[in-house]
Amino acid sequence: MALDEAFTGRTYPPSPVYEVSREKIREFADATGATSPAHRDPEAAKALGHRDVIAPPTFAIVVSMKSNETMMFDPELELDYSRVVHGDQNFVHHRPITAGDRLVSIAHIDSITQRMGNDMVVVRTEITTEDGEAVTTARSMLVVRGEDA
Amino acid sequence: MKVGDELPPLSVRITRADLVRYAGASLDFNPIHWNEKVAKDVGLPDVIAHGMLTMAVASRVVAEWTGDPGRIVEYGSRFGRPVVVPNDDEGALVEVTAKVTKDFEDGTVKVNISAAFEGKSVLTGAFARVRVS
Repeated sequence: MALDEAFTGRTYPPSPVYEVSREKIREFADATGATSPAHRDPEAAKALGHRDVIAPPTFAIVVSMKSNETMMFDPELELDYSRVVHGDQNFVHHRPITAGDRLVSIAHIDSITQRMGNDMVVVRTEITTEDGEAVTTARSMLVVRGEDA
Repeated sequence: MKVGDELPPLSVRITRADLVRYAGASLDFNPIHWNEKVAKDVGLPDVIAHGMLTMAVASRVVAEWTGDPGRIVEYGSRFGRPVVVPNDDEGALVEVTAKVTKDFEDGTVKVNISAAFEGKSVLTGAFARVRVS
């Protein structure tokens, strides 16, 4: 069943605070093979001008997950999660995600369109500190495969 | 650096163990990334890598070139085709290349990134914008 395009523009409530730890950054860097000492050694990160160790550029996907799930499991949207494929992903980093950050994310549905029997949903997640400083804007395009696609 | 410069390329093997590890680190436990039966049931040839893992691996080319991953101010890609990861010690070989394609007036450059698996592109239109001054 096609998604209702009227959900375009819907904004979800803010996520609980995500506290970024040095250990989670290190774990993510290890899992993706990111080699920079800036992910592991606070002194190396400071020498590059950062407050503490910084996350690799795709780490924001972990932070945005909670707010994206709120959207994906929105009972009114009726999105069939088992048919979802990740179509594309973009991150704009207003500054690097840094250990010690207390982040809040808010998901917005920017567009819902239909193409060849599939629904294409563009979700924009604004990640800020709990004080409202802009950190990352993450945009995901989700393809919900149609029954016949 | 200038437009046309090529970044040092990178070849990365992705094994089943890497997928399990990425699943744990990213909290993305979708079974198509570790369970052969589920992958085949939904019509995939075998277990596939998380698109976000391929994207993370490809970003290494830029991060290692800049020396400061914090200089990557934008990173985006479409997921063109899946990286199929066999249940063996070799895994899947992903080959990443990148090139400076644009010099912006705000002190950033655009780097276009290609990632290939079995000779075919897996990331489409992948690029990073990197602060260079």
